[in-house]
Amino acid sequence: MTSGLDTPTKAPAEVRAPTRPRRRVDWGKWFTWGVLAWLFAPITFMIAFSFNDIQGRHNVTWEGFTLKWYGQAFDHADLTQALLYTLAIGVLTMLIAGTIGSLLGLALGRHRFRGQGTTNLVMFAAICAPEVVLGAALLSLFLLVGIATGFVAILLAHVMFTVSFVAITVRARVITLDPNLEEAARDLGAGAWTTFRLVTLPMLLPAIMAGGLLAFALSIDDYIITSFVAGEVTTFPLWIWGATRVGIPPQVNVMGTLIFGVGVTLAIINVVVAKRRRS
Amino acid sequence: MRRKLTPYLLALPGWAWLALFFVVPLAGMISLSLTSGNVITGFTQTFNVGNYVEAITTYSEQLVRSLLYGLGATLICVAIGYPAAYWIAFHGGKHKSTYLLLILLPFFVSFVLRTISWKFTLSDNGVVLGTLKTIGLLPADFSVLNTAPAVVLGLAYNFLPFMVLPIYAVLERMDHRVVEAAHDLYASKLQAFLRVVLPISLPGVFAGGLMTFIPTTADYVNASVLGGPGNTMIGSIIKTQYLVNNDYPIAAAITFVLMAVLLIGIFSYARALGTERVMEVQAK
Amino acid sequence: MRTNTLLRGMTQARYGRRDMLKLSAMAAAGLGLSACGVSGQKQEAVAADDFWQGKKETGSLRFANWPLYIDSKRTQLKQFTKETGIKVDYREDVQDIAAFAGKLQPQLANGDSTGYDMFVLTNGIELARFLALGYLAPLDHGRMPNFTDNVGDAYRNNSYDPGNKHTAPYASGITGIAYNPKYVDREITSIADLWDPKFKGKVGMMSDPQEIANFGLLLNGVNPAESTESDWQAAAEKLKQQRDDGIVRSYYAQDFVQPLTNGDVWLSMAWSGDIYQQNAEAGTDLKFVVPEEGATIWTDVMCVPTTSEAPVDALKLIDFLYRPEIAAGLTEYITYITPVPEAQEVLREQAQQASGGKREDLERLVESPLVFPAEEDYARLHNYVALEPGQEKSFTSKFHAVTQA
Repeated sequence: MTSGLDTPTKAPAEVRAPTRPRRRVDWGKWFTWGVLAWLFAPITFMIAFSFNDIQGRHNVTWEGFTLKWYGQAFDHADLTQALLYTLAIGVLTMLIAGTIGSLLGLALGRHRFRGQGTTNLVMFAAICAPEVVLGAALLSLFLLVGIATGFVAILLAHVMFTVSFVAITVRARVITLDPNLEEAARDLGAGAWTTFRLVTLPMLLPAIMAGGLLAFALSIDDYIITSFVAGEVTTFPLWIWGATRVGIPPQVNVMGTLIFGVGVTLAIINVVVAKRRRS
Repeated sequence: MRRKLTPYLLALPGWAWLALFFVVPLAGMISLSLTSGNVITGFTQTFNVGNYVEAITTYSEQLVRSLLYGLGATLICVAIGYPAAYWIAFHGGKHKSTYLLLILLPFFVSFVLRTISWKFTLSDNGVVLGTLKTIGLLPADFSVLNTAPAVVLGLAYNFLPFMVLPIYAVLERMDHRVVEAAHDLYASKLQAFLRVVLPISLPGVFAGGLMTFIPTTADYVNASVLGGPGNTMIGSIIKTQYLVNNDYPIAAAITFVLMAVLLIGIFSYARALGTERVMEVQAK
Repeated sequence: MRTNTLLRGMTQARYGRRDMLKLSAMAAAGLGLSACGVSGQKQEAVAADDFWQGKKETGSLRFANWPLYIDSKRTQLKQFTKETGIKVDYREDVQDIAAFAGKLQPQLANGDSTGYDMFVLTNGIELARFLALGYLAPLDHGRMPNFTDNVGDAYRNNSYDPGNKHTAPYASGITGIAYNPKYVDREITSIADLWDPKFKGKVGMMSDPQEIANFGLLLNGVNPAESTESDWQAAAEKLKQQRDDGIVRSYYAQDFVQPLTNGDVWLSMAWSGDIYQQNAEAGTDLKFVVPEEGATIWTDVMCVPTTSEAPVDALKLIDFLYRPEIAAGLTEYITYITPVPEAQEVLREQAQQASGGKREDLERLVESPLVFPAEEDYARLHNYVALEPGQEKSFTSKFHAVTQA
C-alpha cells in the first residue's frame, strides 16, 4: 500500500512526446474511467444498500433510506464475533509474518548462503500456488497428524501464505540499500547490533510496514484457505458466505462500508504524505 | 564463524514455517491421495493409483472448464488491463499514483462481499438489468446471472489489478526516449508500439498472466455465487470432496492433478514466451 | 496492494535444475514422514447411564439450527434463559445438511468439541452416518418428562431412530413447489411443471441429493421408499435432461427464497415453512403447493454430540421445547409440523381469544393441512430414500453428477 504507489522520480516528464496542438477525444482516458466505473459498480451497490430500510431478511430491493443499521451495526452477536476473529487473526498474522518474513527477506537480500535458491523457489511457489491447493494441502496434513482445525490452524495457514509476500517486499528494499551507510556506522565504532538498530532497521522500516500491512490485508480478505482449516471458527468472510443462504443482513454492508472507508482514508493519507515528502 | 551463521539464523523461522506448513503438507496431500478406505473405517496407505484414474475420469469436464474459464478471464484482463495500464503509465501525468490507487480501492472490500454484490447487481430485475429492460434496451427475458459469462466476467473483475499492476510497473520504468527514438527513425505509432513498447512490456504481461490465470482457474467462489448448472469449477469439487463428502483420497488426487496441470501450463507458457528471461522482470 | 517492489522482488530470482532436485528431495522426505493414513473415525458406543454419570449443568449452551427456525427475537430461548438461567448461544449454522455434517465429521471423529453442544440434523444420510459412528449421545429420557408426555405417536415409532434413543424431533416439513404468481400466470399443480420448457431458465431445484432424487423419482412414478438403484439412475437421467434443456436456473441449498422473491426464479422446489415466513415477513405473495405426484416429508431432529460440553443444559432445552405452549409459539413462527400434537389445541384457544387479523392468521394456521396434516394427507407424502450403509456413495454420486456438473 505504501512504497509501491510512489511514482519513481526518474520518470522524465519533460522528455515525453510534445503535446499535440489539435484537440482530440482522449480515448485512453475514457477507457480508463470506464474500467474504473466497472470496478466501482458493486462497491457503490454495497454502500447504497447499507442505507436500505428493509423489512424482511432480504436486502435486495430498495425500500427507502435509513441510518438505523449504522446504529445497530453490532446487533448480530455472531457477526460481530466473526469480525473480531478476523481482526485478531489479521493482527497476529501481521505481527508473526511481519517479523519472520522480514528476517527472511533480510537474509535473502543481504547474504549469500546455501539453500538460497531453494528458499526463493519455495517462496515463489507459495505465492503462485492456488489457494485451493494450499488449503487442501494443509487440511491433509492436519488430518494425517490429527491436529484439530480452528483458530490456531487458521493462524498457521495465514502466516504461511503471507510470509513470502513480506519477505519479498523486504528483500527488494534490502537490495537497494546503500551498504556504505552501515560501513560508515561501523567505522564510527558502532557494534553490529547498534548498526542494525540505528541504521539498517530505520531504513527498512517502510518496507517492513508495507509487508506487514499487506499480510494484514491478505489475511482479513481470505476466504478459500480459511474455509478449509476453519473448523468451528467463523471469520467475517465465512460468515458472509453462510449468510448468503438466508439473506445478508444490512449490517454486513455497514461493516463492509466502514472497512472500505478506513482503507480509503489510509490510502489517501499515504498518497498525500508521499506527495509532501517528495516536494 | 558467527557471521557465517547469521543468514541461517535469520532465515530459519520463515524457512521452517514454509517447510512445515507448505512443503510438508503438499507431500502429505500426495500421500493422502494414494490411500484407500472410507470415513468410517479410516484411510490406510495402499499406494492406490486408482484414485487418480477415478479423479480424472469423473472430473475431467470440470477441470477443462476451469482452465477455459481461467484462460478467458486472463484474456479479458489483458484486453482491459493493458490499455488502462498503458494510459496511466504514459498519459497519467502527475495523477498516476491516484489512478493506480483508484484501481486498487475496490480491494478494500472483502472478496466474498464484492462477488456477492455482483450477484445482486446482476439480478434479472435488479438495478442494472431491470432499468435497461424498463427503457427497452434489453429484452424482458434477458439474464446474465447463473451463466458462464457471468462467472468469467466475475473472475476477470476480481483479479484485474493483478494484471494492471505488473504491466504498469514495466511500462512505468521504461525509458520513454526509446519510443521517441523509434519515431525519429520514422516508425509509425503502431510500429513503435509493436516493435518497441510491446516487447519491453511482455515480462509484465507474463507476470500478470501468471497472477491472474492461476487463481482464476482454481477459484470456486465466483462459480458458486454467479454460476448456474453446468458452471461448476474444479475448486468447488475439491472443496465438496474434502469438506462435505469427506472423501479425502479422491479430493487429494483431484487437487494434485489440478496443481500438476497448472505447473505444466506455466512451464510451457514460459517456454513459449522465451523462458527464463521472462521470469525476471528487470527492476532497473 | 501488491506493490511494485513486491513484483520486482518476485520476478528477479532464477531457478536451476539443482534447486528443483533439492526441493524434490525435501518433498520425498515429507512423504516418508506422512506415509501413514487417517485412522478410523468410529467412536465406541456409550450406554446412557455411563454417559450421563457425573455430568453437570454449566449455565451456557451452544445450539446450531437451520435458519428461520425460531423468530428473530429468539422468544422461546429467552424464556428458557429466564426460567433456568442457562444462556443460549444460538447459531443459524445449519444451511446445508451435508456441508454441516462434513464440517463436524473430523472433529467428532477426533473426539474434539464441535463448537456446538446440540444441533439439528435432518433424518437423512448424515443422521444415519452419525448414529452408525456413535457420535450422538444417548438421550436420558428420565430427564425429559415433557418429551415423554407430549411427543406425538407418529414420532415415537420412527424408522430413523426407533424409540428416540439419540434424537428428539424439532419439526417436520414438506418439500413441495413454490411459485411467484407475479411471473407464473397459471396454477402450478405438478412436478411435471418443473420440466415445462415454457419456464426455461426460471426453475430452481434443490442441491441436496436426497431432495432432488425424490422429485426425479416421483416424476417417474416411483415411490422413493421402495426405489432401487436402477430407479435412481433413471431419475438422475430425467434430472440431467431437465438441466441440459436449460430449464434449471440454479441448484439451491436453502437460498431459493430470495431469487423467488425478486424474480430470478419463477418456480422452485421449496420447503413449506420458509415460503410462509417470507410472505409474513416481507409481505410477498408466494404460493406453495404439494404436487399431485406426491411430495416428501422429513423430520429435523435435535441431538447432542458425545463431545458436547453442556449435555445437561442441552437436554433441559430439548425438554423445554416439548411444553405445548412453547411448541405452539414455535409453530406459530416457523409454520412447520410440530411433534407436539397438543400445540394445535393451544393455538386454537389463542385464536379464539385473539381478534381481527391475528385471529384470522391463527385460524388459518390451525386449519392448515401443511402444519397439522390429517391422516389422509400423509398418504401423498413420502419419506426419503432409505439407504443401506454401503449404498451412500453410489446414491449421492449419481445426483452430484446432476447438480455439480
